[in-house]
Amino acid sequence: MANQTALHGKHLEAGAKMVDFFGWDMPINYGSQIEEHHAVRRDAGMFDVSHMTIVDLKGANTRAFLRYLLANDVAKLTVPGKALYSGMLNEAGGVIDDLIVYFLQEEFFRLVVNSATREKDLAHITKEAKAFDVTVTERPEFAMIAVQGPNAKAKVATLLSAEQQAAVTGIKPFFGVQAGDLFIATTGYTGEDGYEIALPNGQAADFWQKLLDAGVAPAGLGARDTLRLEAGMNLYGQDMDETVSPLAANMGWTIAWAPEERNFIGRKAIEQHKAEGTFKLVGLVMEQKGVLRHGQRVVVEGGEGEITSGTFSPTLGYSIAMARVPATAGDTAEVDIRGKMVAVKVVKPAFVRMGKKVI
Amino acid sequence: MSSIPNTLKYASSHEWARDEGNGIYTVGITEHAQGLLGDMVFVELPDVGDAVTQGDDCAVAESVKAASDIYAPLSGEIVAVNEALADSPELVNSSPYEDGWMFKIKVSDTAELSALLDAAGYKNSIDE
Repeated sequence: MANQTALHGKHLEAGAKMVDFFGWDMPINYGSQIEEHHAVRRDAGMFDVSHMTIVDLKGANTRAFLRYLLANDVAKLTVPGKALYSGMLNEAGGVIDDLIVYFLQEEFFRLVVNSATREKDLAHITKEAKAFDVTVTERPEFAMIAVQGPNAKAKVATLLSAEQQAAVTGIKPFFGVQAGDLFIATTGYTGEDGYEIALPNGQAADFWQKLLDAGVAPAGLGARDTLRLEAGMNLYGQDMDETVSPLAANMGWTIAWAPEERNFIGRKAIEQHKAEGTFKLVGLVMEQKGVLRHGQRVVVEGGEGEITSGTFSPTLGYSIAMARVPATAGDTAEVDIRGKMVAVKVVKPAFVRMGKKVI
Repeated sequence: MSSIPNTLKYASSHEWARDEGNGIYTVGITEHAQGLLGDMVFVELPDVGDAVTQGDDCAVAESVKAASDIYAPLSGEIVAVNEALADSPELVNSSPYEDGWMFKIKVSDTAELSALLDAAGYKNSIDE
């Protein structure tokens, strides 16, 4: 029996097409993936992301523990509520998972990790936390709703109390605040403005309904994938995994190399990757007919690589992809599409942000 | 449960064929098939005048999810293709049996019809 989120009934009520997503029965779309995509880019859409795993870390050494556990450095988090995106690496410098860490209080940090990697993440975090005497507590009692789009914040505002509105007014990107029963964060996976809101399971269906009534369109995992790919955001398990260096997954910017004396898991290995050089993750654009897909072979100057994520971009009207290719790659590449070599452009892996084309 | 009109013939690979008279059959994909594929983004059609053979791939439907071959349900010559799909591939989703038709075949051997399913047979094949 697949796991169900607190919003499962709302999805069925809306006529969602449900699919198995790593053990969770989740909506892939509510009719049209493309319309849901456009709703997020042009107005406001919402995703049930309750399957994601919230893990609270508490103890006097929590900050020291996270500086050892993560490739990014939580020393950057000086203001309570501030969040950071980071890879969690293994000793070989592969990516166990990518996650967001929130600094809530000096002895209390919160992680949001992927659902597909839940078990190995919890096992790894719990094992490494022992030496730091940090308690690791999963929070399955929370549902999570991502409300995204240019009008997302304004529509959420109509549901908030005066106190809650005061708590979120003016919060900067990548911040989380507790506002009554809601944990409201200015994070997302679409390249649009908006919130990710964690709330008690028992309140989730009612809150979802109020968002519907406020004109927020439900959007499924299908639209979530095309939106994140347009925004150039990685999908764990597809664009990187335990066999891939973060340097070969466009995650170099998330590695805090300084201070040099900070030892974190995987540091030695990725220092070696850096010295030796790695493949790189690039964006591909194909303006002619056809769709780039995961697994297709990519021929570039100096060698061959592979598409890690590919899709039709509803915003641009043509196909885009992320591909891992030799660092020697130039401005063009050829993709093997069902036996036919097709010329494509090589760009930085970000295509659409805040509703606008960025390539 | 999806619509499966009684007036059409079906291939187990999810194409339908409609008798237009004079040996001409219009071909598209079923409502069930478009549902499996999701939003259509490109449809690559054969050229008018192409000869097609029953069971051979002759078109490609690219949806947000995957590229799928479309097989000729009957042998013959392509006499028309649905030009509207170039700009509006979503017609395959919104109107799979009418506006979302793909091509018309002038059939060379009507005996091949016996290899196709009726509505009940197709319904059984997709287990709905």
